[in-house]
Amino acid sequence: MNPGRSLYLPRRRVMRGVLATAAFGVTSRLWTGCTPTSESQASSSTASGKLLQIGFIYVGPKDDYGYNQAHHEGEVGVAKLSWVKTEEQASVPETTDVEEAMRNMIEQDGAKVLFPTSFGYFEHILTIAPKYPDVQFFHCGGLYQEGKHPKNVGSYFGYIDEAQYLAGIVAGHTSKTGKLGFVAAKPIPQVIRNINSFTLGARSVKPEITTQVIFTGDWSLPVKEAEAANSMADQGIDVITCHVDSPKIVMETAEKRGIFCSGYHADQAKLAPKGYLTGAEWDWTTVYTNYAEMIHSGKTLMNGGIPHIVRGGLKAGYVKLSPYGPAVSATAKKDADIAKAKFKDNSLVIYQGEIKDNTGKVVIPVGKAYKQQDRTLEQMNWLVAGVVGNA
Amino acid sequence: MLNHYHWRGTLEAVCIPIAAIFFSLVLFGIFCALAGADPLGVYASIYKAAFGSWFSFQNTLIRASPLMLTSLCTALPAQLGLMIIGNEGAFVIGGIGAVAVGLAISSAPPTVVQLAMAISGIVCGGLWIGAVGALRYYRAVNETISSLLLNYVAIALLNHLVSGPMRDPSSLNKPSTYPIPALDMLGSIPGTRVHYGLIYGLIACAITYFLMRRTTFGFAARTIGGNIRAARIAGLPVGKLTVAICFLAGSCAGLAGMVEVAAVQGRANESLNANYGYAGILVAFVARYNPLAASLVAVLLGGILASGGILQRLHSLPDATILVFQGLVFLVVLYSESLYGRFRVFQDQSTVRRPPSVPYVPRPTSL
Repeated sequence: MNPGRSLYLPRRRVMRGVLATAAFGVTSRLWTGCTPTSESQASSSTASGKLLQIGFIYVGPKDDYGYNQAHHEGEVGVAKLSWVKTEEQASVPETTDVEEAMRNMIEQDGAKVLFPTSFGYFEHILTIAPKYPDVQFFHCGGLYQEGKHPKNVGSYFGYIDEAQYLAGIVAGHTSKTGKLGFVAAKPIPQVIRNINSFTLGARSVKPEITTQVIFTGDWSLPVKEAEAANSMADQGIDVITCHVDSPKIVMETAEKRGIFCSGYHADQAKLAPKGYLTGAEWDWTTVYTNYAEMIHSGKTLMNGGIPHIVRGGLKAGYVKLSPYGPAVSATAKKDADIAKAKFKDNSLVIYQGEIKDNTGKVVIPVGKAYKQQDRTLEQMNWLVAGVVGNA
Repeated sequence: MLNHYHWRGTLEAVCIPIAAIFFSLVLFGIFCALAGADPLGVYASIYKAAFGSWFSFQNTLIRASPLMLTSLCTALPAQLGLMIIGNEGAFVIGGIGAVAVGLAISSAPPTVVQLAMAISGIVCGGLWIGAVGALRYYRAVNETISSLLLNYVAIALLNHLVSGPMRDPSSLNKPSTYPIPALDMLGSIPGTRVHYGLIYGLIACAITYFLMRRTTFGFAARTIGGNIRAARIAGLPVGKLTVAICFLAGSCAGLAGMVEVAAVQGRANESLNANYGYAGILVAFVARYNPLAASLVAVLLGGILASGGILQRLHSLPDATILVFQGLVFLVVLYSESLYGRFRVFQDQSTVRRPPSVPYVPRPTSL
């Protein structure tokens, strides 16, 4: 190469390019100089109007077919109220990121209500909440303790294991091999409770049924989740469900392997049109709409109008079942609907003695019943008889 | 005298990365236009959310402070000609080390606890990357691969420790260690919401710059990076220097992990693994392994990250948009490496053209 010759023209071109980019940068900055005023006017006018500004923060993408999508659907639901204005920010890690996201929503966009939806946001909410005493923070997961935590923080959660119990009934009826599979993220109480409820539901219709559980170790490990689902299909398991952040890959793998699947978090019927039985779904629209209406009517966490801890299951409409898929038999539907009706009139308690764990130890003695609200259930660290695997 | 001689080289090292960033801004503008957003509006928002006001600039600084420290983990070994990308692992290990010590001596006065935590983070991170350097020198293990794989080991170790031996039994649904007492936490710099990590980052960048450029130690290291055989012939202790520089590099990332634990999280759990390490690699590349430049680039990247939210809220762009931007910057900057020495305006005209240098490492900048 002969740089002496070939570089003469490029040099001019380069200088021109540098000038152009510089000019571009300068103009875009000048442009910034004039815009913020109009934007701040816009935001102040919305703030002075009657609109209730609500901010939503998700830990992952809002189209993950899972946890975050369920919350996003709730956001879409509550945004339908004419006096509500929502904004959302997705893929916000549980670091100072979420603190900054909350500050921006409050200070720049005038949000009065925030729903930081990831469990791990709680510590960060506790950092921010005292600085904005007139803003209400609602955390999904339920760690609020009266007296210990700021007055403008509340928590909400749904008893989704009720829906898992119903999904278990459907799975129990559908399975021909009598073997179910559960791909789980971590052996923590929330997950264990779902595994146990699913298994108890299945065993309520076929007492000899087993659930193979595989813990992948983290919330989002698509490769391991696919491996787990595949190995389950190899073992002769014919219904798979899961508790991971995004059930997408598990559902797709099950469909590919020609077995049935039961969803979690959101509706995944689209991913497995043939094998999708039903699924345990959140219904955050109900929760968010309830909150919005309470706030609209002048109630707040601070004046005691809104309870600090809000929980609910099928009866309150906080969780629901996906519509039954084509493979679900009429008896399965009937049994699941009966159980659903029992949940709705509070006559069915999942954790009712005698229940043994999978090592044969009695964990709930005869005559003892733990209702959904019981805090003991939130410390569950045993797998019920019929589950194959270790917590 | 030396500075005068190289001013064109310096200009080159400043102009090319800046031009690369502007070029990636243009590419990103095209991307935004394709995604249906107004590119000028997006630029305006990025500027506003990152540097527009003191409020938003603090957001930028908060994000920049861990990046300054983690970037040094790549920038320092690069002077030796080693490409280490174990920042994330050293960060996590530093965080674990800090928590372990912080909890063990929590009855001591806060200053002592904080100091001990910092030292522990520094030592743990340093040993982590020091091991990579030792493997490289004594066993000829490729340092890029081994440091990358050690990231996974570190994260697995973190998950194991927080869900097993170090677990606080009351952390039910998110396994974590016991919290560090609030008294022992690092506060914010007075008058701001930026934690002390920023100061640590700036000091570390300044010290390492001085160390690498103004001491015989740094000169020896750069000699190894320039030509390892010549360095050996000159009698430099290549092995010792390699391990020492790697230790220093790891200790910077480890300190960042300590700050994350002691100023932000208050405990160790899976949130510790938040990609600060990987973002630090990007900072080091853009800064061309110059510690001083790294502190500026960290602020710039912090600004980019800080603007991620506004793109979603104001422009309804997808949440991955900011990653696209980051990726574009990364690619364009890497590509721009191939442009060094291609523009005559940056060549030293008065001297005879130098032969192309040994392509062992990208030539460190000379200021």
